[in-house]
Amino acid sequence: MSSFDGCILSMVTFIPLAGAVLLLLFPRRDRDIRVFSLVVSLLTFAISLHLPVHFHRHLSGFQFEVNHPWIPTPNIHYHMGADGVSMWLVVLTTFLTPLCVLISWNSISERVKEFFILLLVLETALIGVFLALDLFLFYFFWESTLIPMALLIGMFGHGRRVYAAIKFFLYTMIASVFMLAAILWLYAKVGSFDFVTIQNAIRTGQVENFIGAAPWLFLGFFIAFAVKVPLFPFHTWLPDAHVEAPTAGSVLLAGVLLKMGTYGMLRFNLGLFPEQARANAWWIVILALIGIIYGALVALVQPNMKKLIAYSSISHLGFVVLGIFSFTQVGLDGATYIMLAHGVSTGALFMLAGILYERRHTYEISEFGGLATTMPVYASFFLFIVLASVGLPLLNGFVGEFLVLSGAFQARSIYGVLGATGIIWSACYLLWMYQRVFFGKVTHDVNQTLPDLDARERTALWPAAVAALVMGVAPLLWLNAIDPAVQSVLAPFTQLASKVVGP
Amino acid sequence: MNFTIQYGMHGIPGTADYIRILPEIVLSVFGMIIMLLDPVLDEENSQKALGGIALLGSLGAVLATLYQSKFPGLAFWDMVRVDSFSVFFHFLVAAVAVVVILTSYEYMAVQQIRAGEYYALILFGAVGMSLMSSAVELVLIFIALEISSISTYILAGFRRQVATSSESSLKYFLLGSFATAFFLYGVALMFGATGSTSIPVIADTLWSDSVPLLAYAGVALMFVGLGFKVAAAPFHIWTPDVYEGAPAPVVGFMSTAPKAAVFAVLLRIMFEAHAPGRLWLIWVTAALSMTIGNVAALVQTNVKRLLAYSSIAHAGYLLVAFAALPENGIPAAMFYTASYAAMNVGAFAVVSHFAGAGERYVNLEDYAGLGRRSPILAATFTVFLLSLIGIPITGGFFAKFYVFSAALQANLVWLTIIGVLNSAIGAYYYLRIIVVMYMREPRDETPVTPIPLGLGTALAISLAATIYLGVLPGRVLEYASRSAAELLR
Repeated sequence: MSSFDGCILSMVTFIPLAGAVLLLLFPRRDRDIRVFSLVVSLLTFAISLHLPVHFHRHLSGFQFEVNHPWIPTPNIHYHMGADGVSMWLVVLTTFLTPLCVLISWNSISERVKEFFILLLVLETALIGVFLALDLFLFYFFWESTLIPMALLIGMFGHGRRVYAAIKFFLYTMIASVFMLAAILWLYAKVGSFDFVTIQNAIRTGQVENFIGAAPWLFLGFFIAFAVKVPLFPFHTWLPDAHVEAPTAGSVLLAGVLLKMGTYGMLRFNLGLFPEQARANAWWIVILALIGIIYGALVALVQPNMKKLIAYSSISHLGFVVLGIFSFTQVGLDGATYIMLAHGVSTGALFMLAGILYERRHTYEISEFGGLATTMPVYASFFLFIVLASVGLPLLNGFVGEFLVLSGAFQARSIYGVLGATGIIWSACYLLWMYQRVFFGKVTHDVNQTLPDLDARERTALWPAAVAALVMGVAPLLWLNAIDPAVQSVLAPFTQLASKVVGP
Repeated sequence: MNFTIQYGMHGIPGTADYIRILPEIVLSVFGMIIMLLDPVLDEENSQKALGGIALLGSLGAVLATLYQSKFPGLAFWDMVRVDSFSVFFHFLVAAVAVVVILTSYEYMAVQQIRAGEYYALILFGAVGMSLMSSAVELVLIFIALEISSISTYILAGFRRQVATSSESSLKYFLLGSFATAFFLYGVALMFGATGSTSIPVIADTLWSDSVPLLAYAGVALMFVGLGFKVAAAPFHIWTPDVYEGAPAPVVGFMSTAPKAAVFAVLLRIMFEAHAPGRLWLIWVTAALSMTIGNVAALVQTNVKRLLAYSSIAHAGYLLVAFAALPENGIPAAMFYTASYAAMNVGAFAVVSHFAGAGERYVNLEDYAGLGRRSPILAATFTVFLLSLIGIPITGGFFAKFYVFSAALQANLVWLTIIGVLNSAIGAYYYLRIIVVMYMREPRDETPVTPIPLGLGTALAISLAATIYLGVLPGRVLEYASRSAAELLR
């Protein structure tokens, strides 16, 4: 344990915020602002790497903990800590942010300062969500992600951006009110917002009236998370938000923001209400399966590239929910792994779509065709990422989906069978899209002269591609930290782990 | 009847008595200095000097309050009581006065209103409001209420060239006098029921005896009068018109300081005096105010009117705390008052700067593209609006949080649900302003007048207070809890 460990989480969380505050004081010289944001985000990434390097992989509890009293009444603590799941989600966030800065280098030319301030504030809020171990602090960061994200969409998005921003804000804001109500109820009974304290109180049965209230509390948390994931039928905000968002917004939205929902389910729905999770699993799994298949089918017929990727996210996140509510070791490992893999590959897909948009100002698939001849490097990157996303073995998508499906089979074979069709569908819509965009003859003359990737764009894409490969080849690097964390989440379920779940 | 003429028992007031009304003395003296200098000085150039004196006066009141806090106790034949409760509200009123005077500085110049008495009236109003929070004698409370009200009636009419301003002033005056009459009648009935106008005596009587029917009527009538002053529904009809017509800094003043003072009075009457029939009276008013305020605000296009309806809604949230148990309700209400004062006075400072000469730009469309035309102004306004919504990191969040958790602890589940749903509705119209500022193209690209020093300071103070209450609410809440304990003793 180095002396660094005590403050590392605070540093990772607040360096981007400090950067944003400094940016406030910057003169409006766009280039300096971009460079500075890049430096700040890279610094955050570098420091966040301290976490996996010094993480004790055999331990299951929270590490690098900080716990200071913050507000005496109500009893709120500044309590942060990381386990295997949250640590990797933090690293995912810090990994994607510099790429977002790079990809927005030229595409954001107006109000550059505001853009990068919002991006850095968003990074702080996202990291905070994953690290907070005080329910209040968690809610605090959770709500704080809303404003920068909504502003990013509303200020820098495309045509119907205002509509999309407001829809996004209201949907998630209203849903999280239910979570706040549940948090307040727990506080009223336990007298603490501390996650670990509340968990212990519940497990030892010290919370009065818990049996009656637990189903409602479970639902309160679940609704907030389900809207964020988004789980069918709460998904309608997502395609709008994605299509209108600027590229960096989409990358963080799909790459990290959605994972807040699944992370929340894993941490809070399973961690605090294991019995209610088990009782409600059957309909949640059905919704997840509907999401997998419905998302894929809708993606298949999208004429708009970005909307297609958005619906593919709904499908992929359905896998995550399926894995979580299979209550099996492999299922949860896989779910966590998909969160990370999806963050990398869908983030990269959105960057690729954004690169095309910068050149042609459209996402319509029918506007393209035969791009492989004019933009060969771009086409190869795109293919690589598409294959990763489809779940080709040795690339990152495969590992997670395989684990989730084997978990689902263990829980109930029909879940696995239905889930597995999702993989087929994803191959269909992604490869078909790839074929229409890249193969064949160049159908539109404008596309003849499109420039291939420049150095900056390649710099943004290489890390994602490398990560996709490494995650596919050496998943143990990640899984050996995830596994103990998942085990401790599953501890109350162990006696049920191999049994059939549901009715 | 245990009513006696009380000064016979205590003799002549001593120094401590004067210290216990020191802030009021300071404010009155500075107000009078302004009134005396105004006719003597040259009209063209006197404004800055007079504003400066007023600023000194209000800063003096802040210092006097801090000094006074070391001398708790009763003064002037038990009519005034300095305790941490009164110190809290004195500080609040004086601080709001500082911010409003700083805002008015530029506003008066832009609107070309030359009137030294404007500053004097703010100080006199502050005298009334301060006195309200320390008075423990219903008749003195009435007098303080009148001092504060009459000042604000005049202040509302200061845009003399504009008809709506005179309308605002007259409407406020007529309806306000009507409401004070209700209050006075309530005081009379209370005296009839308990034989005293002193709050501690009333408390003892109501605590020990069976509560006479007359006391219910007295409380209800007093509540009507005070409900009017805080713009709680169904006594809110005057608010939008008055706020629309009155000068923007004055609206910032009268939507915060007098409200805080009246809430202080309400807290004393409702909790310290153990007012009977409190719960249902307040339950209904709170629910009505929140709902009417928020729903009506949804359709407003004038920012001042929108904020007027929002202030009705916030009065409702605040009243929720009054329905809670006193040991949680009082601190929650005090905290809410403070954070509401910080964010609302700040919001009106932005409005008054942006309105320009003749308050031309007060419509929602005028704010289009403000994020581009004046990033700092827009960003500050955004913080205040987010705080009004109740987003974390701002005072508004903890204010709502404390109020609703106090209500939950008193098992007022339905009232809490109504409140939470209302905050969701409220989010919509505040967001609409933010959306217009950042996501609409500006109609004309002319940059907004740069922020002058006075206004900048005012904004900085309210911004700092809003954020401070949102990040470290502990100390203020602790102080409020302590004063609640003192009040209930």
